[in-house]
Amino acid sequence: MRKLIALCLLFVPVLSWAAIDTYEFKDEATRERFKQLTFELRCPKCQNQNLQDSNSPIAADLRNEVYKMLTDGSDNDEIVDFMVARYGDFVLYKPPVNKMTYVLWYGPFVLVAVGIVVMLVISRKRKKVSKEGVDLEKQLSEDESQRLKNILDGDRND
Amino acid sequence: MRRLILFIPLAIFLGIGVFLFRGLQLDPTELPSALLNKPFPQFELTSLYEEDKLLTEKALIGEPALVNVWATWCPSCKQEHAQLNRIKAEGYKVIGINYKDDRLKAKIWLEKYLDPYAVNVFDPKGSLGLDLGVYGAPETYVIDQQGVIRYKHVGVVDEKVWAQLKQILDNLQQGKQVALQ
Repeated sequence: MRKLIALCLLFVPVLSWAAIDTYEFKDEATRERFKQLTFELRCPKCQNQNLQDSNSPIAADLRNEVYKMLTDGSDNDEIVDFMVARYGDFVLYKPPVNKMTYVLWYGPFVLVAVGIVVMLVISRKRKKVSKEGVDLEKQLSEDESQRLKNILDGDRND
Repeated sequence: MRRLILFIPLAIFLGIGVFLFRGLQLDPTELPSALLNKPFPQFELTSLYEEDKLLTEKALIGEPALVNVWATWCPSCKQEHAQLNRIKAEGYKVIGINYKDDRLKAKIWLEKYLDPYAVNVFDPKGSLGLDLGVYGAPETYVIDQQGVIRYKHVGVVDEKVWAQLKQILDNLQQGKQVALQ
């Protein structure tokens, strides 16, 4: 019996990770849209949770509002606009592309581009150096080449 | 020139350091209000004191005022209540929105701690709160004489915050006088 209770308790945290409401939907598609919307909209009070996840009263209110709007036949854009009009872009987990968020959206690509340029410059410089090295050897006269060879061979014989 | 290149990592480090250090002082719970410079949302709710008296947004318009979202279940509201009373004593208009609260409890509260509100809107379901983008009481808005929202403060109004709000209210008041002349 004890073991059974312990086993049951084991499942409690798993069950309570998401806020539980009972909403009835007219069809499966609406349920899916509700799920998707509450997943993508952020709870304004509890900063790192979406509406689906949060137990705070404000999140419950907003879930309720999403549900109401869905049953009234609003489309997803209307619901998202409704939330943004009240809570700002903050409620979107996927921020819109505007001049406030250009750095956020395009910054990583700029950094990659800068990295590539730096890499190209460095590798080109290396190539130049190694080419110059080869050229130097060619600049030696016959006599000098012979001496160089003797020195190198002499080293080997030591 | 070569030497200077060696300083690039240091410069990058300093740049990131300054950026992150600034981030430490920012309060992430403060969100920019989406309603700034927009008219006060429309509503039709009862007055806290008179159950059968319907109030609309027109009841708030007329002069620059503070709109304070409060509730008896909110501990910080209690904390700022004395300050609101002082603001009223200074002669400024404070409008209350009783947010998701119990009418009787709210009335008892105002009797006990005095009532700084010129008008008190009873919003039991938080519908006006939703339209205002309230995410945690107390919140205080500054509206101008046309009822346009000019400023939003989330959290307790203490003396420091009031100094700031007062400045905004005074500016609005002056603007009104200029407009009248």
